[in-house]
Amino acid sequence: MAEHFGLKYLRKEVLPTAFCPGCYNGILMNALFQAFMELGIEDLKRFVFVSGIGCSSWIPSPFIKADSLHTLHGRAIPVATGVKLANPELNVIVIGGDGDLASIGGNHLLHAARRNMDLLVIMINNQVYGMTRGQAAPTTPHGMITPTTPYGNPERPMDVASIIAGTNANYVARWCISQYIPLKNSIKDALSRYSRGFRFIEVYAPCVTYVVRREGKTPGEKLKELMKKCIRIETWKNMSREEREKHVATGVFKAEDKPGFIETYNKYIAQALGEK
Amino acid sequence: MTERLFLSGNEAIVYGAIDAGCRFYAGYPITPSSEIMHLMAKELPRVGGVFIQAEDELAAINMIIGASWAGLKSMTATSGPGFSLMQEGIGYAVMTETPLVIVDVMRAGPATGQATKSAQGDLMQARWGRHGDQYLVVIAPMTPQEAYDLIIEAFNIAEAYRVPVVFLMDEFIGHGREIVVRRGADKLVVRRKPSDHEPPFGSKDPRIPPPMPRLGEGHYVLVTGSTHNEWGYRDVHGFETHYKLVTRLKEKIWDNIDKIFKYKVYGDPDARRIIVCFGSTCRPAIDAAERVGGTKVLRLITLWPLNYDKLAEELSGAGKVVVPELNLGQLVYDVAQVYPRSKIRVINKVGGGIPIYPSEIIKVLEA
Ligand SMILES: Cc1ncc(C[n+]2csc(CCOP(=O)(O)OP(=O)(O)O)c2C)c(N)n1
Ligand SMILES: [Mg+2]
Repeated sequence: MAEHFGLKYLRKEVLPTAFCPGCYNGILMNALFQAFMELGIEDLKRFVFVSGIGCSSWIPSPFIKADSLHTLHGRAIPVATGVKLANPELNVIVIGGDGDLASIGGNHLLHAARRNMDLLVIMINNQVYGMTRGQAAPTTPHGMITPTTPYGNPERPMDVASIIAGTNANYVARWCISQYIPLKNSIKDALSRYSRGFRFIEVYAPCVTYVVRREGKTPGEKLKELMKKCIRIETWKNMSREEREKHVATGVFKAEDKPGFIETYNKYIAQALGEK
Repeated sequence: MTERLFLSGNEAIVYGAIDAGCRFYAGYPITPSSEIMHLMAKELPRVGGVFIQAEDELAAINMIIGASWAGLKSMTATSGPGFSLMQEGIGYAVMTETPLVIVDVMRAGPATGQATKSAQGDLMQARWGRHGDQYLVVIAPMTPQEAYDLIIEAFNIAEAYRVPVVFLMDEFIGHGREIVVRRGADKLVVRRKPSDHEPPFGSKDPRIPPPMPRLGEGHYVLVTGSTHNEWGYRDVHGFETHYKLVTRLKEKIWDNIDKIFKYKVYGDPDARRIIVCFGSTCRPAIDAAERVGGTKVLRLITLWPLNYDKLAEELSGAGKVVVPELNLGQLVYDVAQVYPRSKIRVINKVGGGIPIYPSEIIKVLEA
């Protein structure tokens, strides 16, 4: 049997992964690796993966065979920014959780997007803090019961993709983990057609342990549910408020190819000081 | 090429850092350190370096960590409140053995305190501000010239030992303006890259820091702030991996103390009256010692690791020991480890931007 295409991008010695049985992180990894393969990327020598703390942050570290920096909780984006600015030749990808990137690291996310920093950020919205046992996150649905919202979540979730689409970021998309092909193609686009500036992909993938199992469902049943629940943003826009709340708007929120931070910075310096 | 310039300590740091090969700076504005940032923004692009204004100090410290791994000598500068925000990042740099220089231009704290007023209240924080067992290097200049010279030294130590170095400078020195000779670096430590068989996070002899791979060169390096083995693989359960790692990180610094620790003696080296000081209180101390005679000044350049044996040796046979500090007493704890606390005379003053005057020191010396 031929080897799975993803294996060459993995550190085989650390497999299997540490994720819970049925965890959707595996589907994302598959999509990521298929995107690499289809883009003809043989190895990840010139890629640097940066992640924070959380289950999602474990995807690159230690599983992906590339340079990786497993940083502090919330600080993946500034570390990635430092790497990219110091060596713009490197392809820098951040992978992390909704707690990591939108809560404790939310300010960095906003500002990297505002700067149109030349990074690809993939955020796994699993609706909770998975690693620390399922507490409420900024993405937790209104009313959901978690260890920190035992009487129901009084807060409303943050629409991270829409917020980032409101900045100068070049590319913003959101996909459900059930939308494998568009997700894979979106990652490809964010590495090829839109290869500069800030690119943000939110992956909606409820935590199988702390969301799905609490609902009494299997990961497979939940996937089937997501296939109905996740709809294209165009359809979602025409829905009533109540209908919207029952669905997840997915698709490409924004796709531009403006010069990123690095090109702009270099341009200003070249103008003032002459070509370097 | 030697230049004579009229510089503040803050400005001298910028030229020293650039001459040391610093090519990346990330920072967030804060008094009394901002001139460092302003001048870096201007000068770094001229030497092919990169400057970025971060959204906060959490970002600044983490950006320089990323840049350091990508191969650039990197630094940031801040003051008390920003230094507090950077602590977690500094701990990460210790754990991941990331060379960095962090300048803390000290102002009066706690909290926002007095933003424009000089102080020395961050000594203990510079050493112990992070959680967990962790060791780094702390250096304090006494003049703008030393800001220039010692920042070069700070970069060399950071590179040689793969450790963050905190450059602890009083506001008086940061804003004090004097002639500074820009003489260039005598020697610059070059980062050693590993061969394929050399682990990036371990060495047989703990005194020899491991070589540091650079991102993007096919090392497939795993950098993590979690407990890791010598190849960077996480082990968040085992006793041995953790104990071995944190012990080596300590020994890497403390077992090289003879090379790292620096101090200087002024005044009468045989005198039994001794003043122990660092930073901006040293010049009044030296002045006082010269005026009254019969006094030795022991001035610490390296504040961490501190060579307590050397300190004990220098204080053996002392009659009176005076410790002037622009805080409520921090260095005095070190002196008290080697000399009876009851015989130490302290001078503590902080706030309002008022220095400790030579006359005050003389009064205590002669009391
Ligand atoms: C400064 C800090 N605060 C808290 C934690 C504890 N912590 C570890 S992971 C985590 C939440 C992770 O949630 P998320 O980013 O959504 O990732 P997930 O596990 O859900 O993929 C928290 C709060 C920490 N490591 N550091
Ligand atoms: Mg999460």
